[in-house]
Amino acid sequence: MTATTLPSATEPVSPQRPRRWRRVTKSAWSVLVTIWSFLRTYRPPTRYVPMLATLALLIGMFGYGSIRFTGFSDPQVILGLFVDNAHLIVLAVGVTFVILTGGIDLSVGAMVALSTIILARTLAAGWPLPLAVLVVLLAGVVLGLLHGVVIHYFDVQPFIATLAGMFLARGLCYLLAPHSIPITNHTMTSFAEATVNLPGGYWVTRMVIIALVVVAVAMWVLHRTRFGRTVYAIGGSEDSALLMGLRVARVKIGVYVISGLCSAIGGLLFGLYILSGYSLHAVGMELDAIAAVVIGGTLLTGGTGLVFGSMLGVLVLGTILTYINFDGTLSAWWTKIAAGILLLLFVMLQRLVTRRQRT
Amino acid sequence: MKQVELSKDPAAGDPSQQPAAGTATPIVEMTDISIAFGGVPALSKVSLRLFPGEVHALMGENGAGKSTMIKALTGVYAVDSGHVALDGERRHFHSPADSQAAGISTVYQEVNLCTNLTVAENMMLGRQPRRCGGSDRRAMNRQAQEILERLGLDVNPSSPLSAHPIAIQQLVAIARAVSVDARVLILDEPTSSLDADEVEKLFEVMRTLRARGVAIVFVSHFLDQVFQISDRMTVLRNGNLVGEVMTQETSQLEVVKMMIGRELEVLEKLERESSDTGRGSTDQPVLKVLGIGRKGSVEAVDLDLYEGEVIGLAGLLGSGRTELARLLFGADAADRGELAVRAEPTRPRTPRHAIKRKIAFASENRRAEGVFEDLTVADNMLLALQAARGWLRPIPTGMRNRIVREYIEALDIRPTEPNALMRNLSGGNQQKVLLARWLITQPEILILDEPTRGIDVGAKAQIQQLVADLSRRGVAVVFISAELEEVLRLSDRLVVMRDRRKIDERPNDDVKVSDVLEIIAGAQASEERDHV
Amino acid sequence: MSEPRTPVLQRLRTSPLVWPVGAVLTLIVINLIAHSDFLSVQLVHGHMYGNVIDIARNSAPVLLVGLGMTLVIATRGIDLSVGAIAAIAGAVACVFISDASSESAVGTAVEACFLAMAVCVVLGLWNGFLVSVLGIQPIIATLVLMTGGRGVAMLITSAQITTIHNSNYEFISDGFVFTLPFAILLALGLWALTGLIARRTALGLLIEAVGINPEASRLAGVRSRTIIWTVYVFSALCAGLAGLMISANTSAADANSNGLWIELDAILAVVIGGTSLAGGRFSLTGTMIGALFIQTLKTTITAIGISPDYNYLFKAIVVIAVCLVQSPKARARLVGLFRVPRKQAVTA
Repeated sequence: MTATTLPSATEPVSPQRPRRWRRVTKSAWSVLVTIWSFLRTYRPPTRYVPMLATLALLIGMFGYGSIRFTGFSDPQVILGLFVDNAHLIVLAVGVTFVILTGGIDLSVGAMVALSTIILARTLAAGWPLPLAVLVVLLAGVVLGLLHGVVIHYFDVQPFIATLAGMFLARGLCYLLAPHSIPITNHTMTSFAEATVNLPGGYWVTRMVIIALVVVAVAMWVLHRTRFGRTVYAIGGSEDSALLMGLRVARVKIGVYVISGLCSAIGGLLFGLYILSGYSLHAVGMELDAIAAVVIGGTLLTGGTGLVFGSMLGVLVLGTILTYINFDGTLSAWWTKIAAGILLLLFVMLQRLVTRRQRT
Repeated sequence: MKQVELSKDPAAGDPSQQPAAGTATPIVEMTDISIAFGGVPALSKVSLRLFPGEVHALMGENGAGKSTMIKALTGVYAVDSGHVALDGERRHFHSPADSQAAGISTVYQEVNLCTNLTVAENMMLGRQPRRCGGSDRRAMNRQAQEILERLGLDVNPSSPLSAHPIAIQQLVAIARAVSVDARVLILDEPTSSLDADEVEKLFEVMRTLRARGVAIVFVSHFLDQVFQISDRMTVLRNGNLVGEVMTQETSQLEVVKMMIGRELEVLEKLERESSDTGRGSTDQPVLKVLGIGRKGSVEAVDLDLYEGEVIGLAGLLGSGRTELARLLFGADAADRGELAVRAEPTRPRTPRHAIKRKIAFASENRRAEGVFEDLTVADNMLLALQAARGWLRPIPTGMRNRIVREYIEALDIRPTEPNALMRNLSGGNQQKVLLARWLITQPEILILDEPTRGIDVGAKAQIQQLVADLSRRGVAVVFISAELEEVLRLSDRLVVMRDRRKIDERPNDDVKVSDVLEIIAGAQASEERDHV
Repeated sequence: MSEPRTPVLQRLRTSPLVWPVGAVLTLIVINLIAHSDFLSVQLVHGHMYGNVIDIARNSAPVLLVGLGMTLVIATRGIDLSVGAIAAIAGAVACVFISDASSESAVGTAVEACFLAMAVCVVLGLWNGFLVSVLGIQPIIATLVLMTGGRGVAMLITSAQITTIHNSNYEFISDGFVFTLPFAILLALGLWALTGLIARRTALGLLIEAVGINPEASRLAGVRSRTIIWTVYVFSALCAGLAGLMISANTSAADANSNGLWIELDAILAVVIGGTSLAGGRFSLTGTMIGALFIQTLKTTITAIGISPDYNYLFKAIVVIAVCLVQSPKARARLVGLFRVPRKQAVTA
């Protein structure tokens, strides 16, 4: 298919004196026209739209907050969101992997509590910190592995399998720690209290750095590795992925292992934040994680979504809480109602976007 | 020239009677493969030989076992008996990944790709170039671009697959298979969504690969294409091997005979009978369709249906037949045009409306849109009637038993147990149950979309007989089928569709398959002008 | 015609209810071993008392919620908001009673219940709207109310635990009718009524059809949208009744803890009873046995001296065991018959 070449227009016989300024304005004008037509017709890839909506919402909420309250626009407030929710960010990242394949993981909250308890008890029994951390991570991996095997090889629905996992983890919590166990290990406490100072007098905790590293690694895995692309493939169509010869079993089990690992890491971060191990920690946190993931633009049916969006989802949830704190007059229950309404709005937005995609 | 004996007993298709093959040894040899699903045999001792540098066509009617054979080769199904040999060595493929690693690449009929990924990813995933542990996106896109260009496809490799029409998606699927440097390439009905240009492009690629020594399996029901491109053919019928022939040594008629066999006589008898059914004496059409259409689906269509008349809707895949049928039934909402049932204007917006107006519709996709696998035969049969009666008026047990027994007998449904689970019935019997469902609502207008697809020829003949009976009883039938012979056998009037438009309508007076094909190809321009 | 006796026996033996019933019986046997008088009941002041009665009465809220949950799950849906709805129902009733002029009158109690039920209908319509009209996935659609609903309940009670004094209201949980606790009768009554409506009319079949194949149902003329909407309203009503029972039990409405996690127990009861989460055929009797099982498990654990902390662990084991048993693929793998999982035959 060769392009037909248009006959070139013949130049006028009598050449005009070159008007440089005319040429310059003409080219400047054409550049502007190009930019304008680009902006006018540019539509971001549809898979980014829900996340961009979340981002827009976040910016909007911050804008409204800074008008309403003094001090809301202080960058430390934004950083404070990260500080308070570092553990939830990591949880949301892990759950994103699972939801991208069309599954779900209800055990992450219980795993967080279990992690804090394992940490507290091993430290109290005098174990070296690195070993304690390793045991916690191992517990997360093992639980995730169990989930993955039961779901993939035994055909049990993810909802029920991870529900059982949640019961298992909570059960172990009650067994190991009927009462709260404080974490007094010196390394832990100094790690928890240390701040990472940023230019301008702002600060975050080291936990935030860890959370951001997890997000970055997750983004790299999902977009650049075969494993990550297979995750999306399975979410798009598991049968097709199988027929394409992709290692579906490995990846399906792998995402649950990742979720377990992330909930263990999230548990460590939470333990650092709250410095105790208690069986009633993180009750309902799995729902917060799932809500954050949905608000961040990931579809529960799988195949579409970004971990960056999940992180934004966590920030959105955190912003509501900050808003209520600043206001002071609103009672705690408004957080729940606002979270519910937000969730609804996002789900409806997603329906709208996907419906347009389908037609 | 040598020809294979048409065995009286299809099960005795003996591979040792094959014509002498070329001097090359087969790269793949499947011997005496048998597979049964839930006791129902899908393949019985079928053998297949694939030679390098040859296009081997796998032929057979729907349900003959072609797809099953391919899935057995590629490791999707486990065989009950028989074995597969690659390069002379026996192999067990446990999964598609296994067979792919061994150099056997498949492109399935349904585009088995992930539409949420990009074109390049769909082509290269699993084998994409790597860099520092991760995948090298740029190199992947570049490689994909090269392959696409070699196929003459102008597709942006970094665009999402969902942004392209099905035809392009299918070509991408083929590009994926091609990019694997496969030694065996299996194409399962690759041309069903392609137009003539795209088919020719595909054939070019196939010829190139053949010259390279790749063994290509070409499964298709388009006889012309098969005769155009293939070197060798294997014909299956009802899960049995009928024979293996060289394309040059046989003719289309011979192959058709091999595919249909002695049932041809039964069907020819039917043809003679059905020509007796005239249409009703009323001048008023039972269904008058004026300009019904839907954006992006079907352009405005006019149609008149009379009592007792069978209208055959013919056309290739994608011509809009199913879409039109769905609009008539209200399965999809039409956004223009009018419908009148017995002069009463109506426009069914939902199936419920249509059913109230005595219109019935049997969908072509019975698995996704018709069968309730976990319910019994009786429940499946009575569902439409029950839905019409409403939940407050359950069908009394006596009436229930009577109706179910009547229809099981009338349609020869096996097993005859009304409480058998639907999932345990064969495709043909399931189809009969679904037909019973609609017949029980006593429709005046019955729309049948591919009612004989994927079922054995015995059941096929029964269903065709049923259609003839219905028309004699005064039911107006719209009959849609990809098999033109079937459509011509049964219909009183023929409507031809192409590219989502009605392009021709004529009474079925001695119309032949070749005539219809010409209409579709647009050769009979004068009729087109009259009827458009 | 085969012999009259065999069909019944055969049906009983191959019935999927065998497993849950067997499980409950096993637990009862364990209890009997620990305490030989486990099954004894006494008649005191015209009221029946005993371990069995306690189990039945304590499982009533879960059974009520489970009935609604069964029908929702049968349509391939799920309702995570039942706990929040229960809390709201209790809150509405208790706040109404405590604000009423005659706090302890019968009329007040009746009005309170009707008001609470009306609110539940609205909540059910809301859930149904999201799922059947907007087409939002049930998990997420009901998650919205689950998240926000408790906030609404707290709003109603102003985050205070609202205590009331109305013996008529408390009757829902503590009363006795014909020697049996009213709670048991209410739950059993609703079970019987639901079963009657589902099986004696065509509603049960239509619900199953919608769950098994929503598209085929639509094409067959089934009113899928109406049916889906209805089951969510029914689920909300059941949750409301449970909420009334729970708040009547403590004579107070605690928006935070009333009905907390009852959705999980209800889903468990449904799954144990044999209804699949994927929708389709359902068994209300199975759910009833499932609810009894969960409560019996709790009792058994304390009865044989294990700390109640083990309750969760046992639940986990039971859930996994039930799912493995119910899944044909799991059974096959465990027996080790197949090597490659065979897909269902697809037409060419």
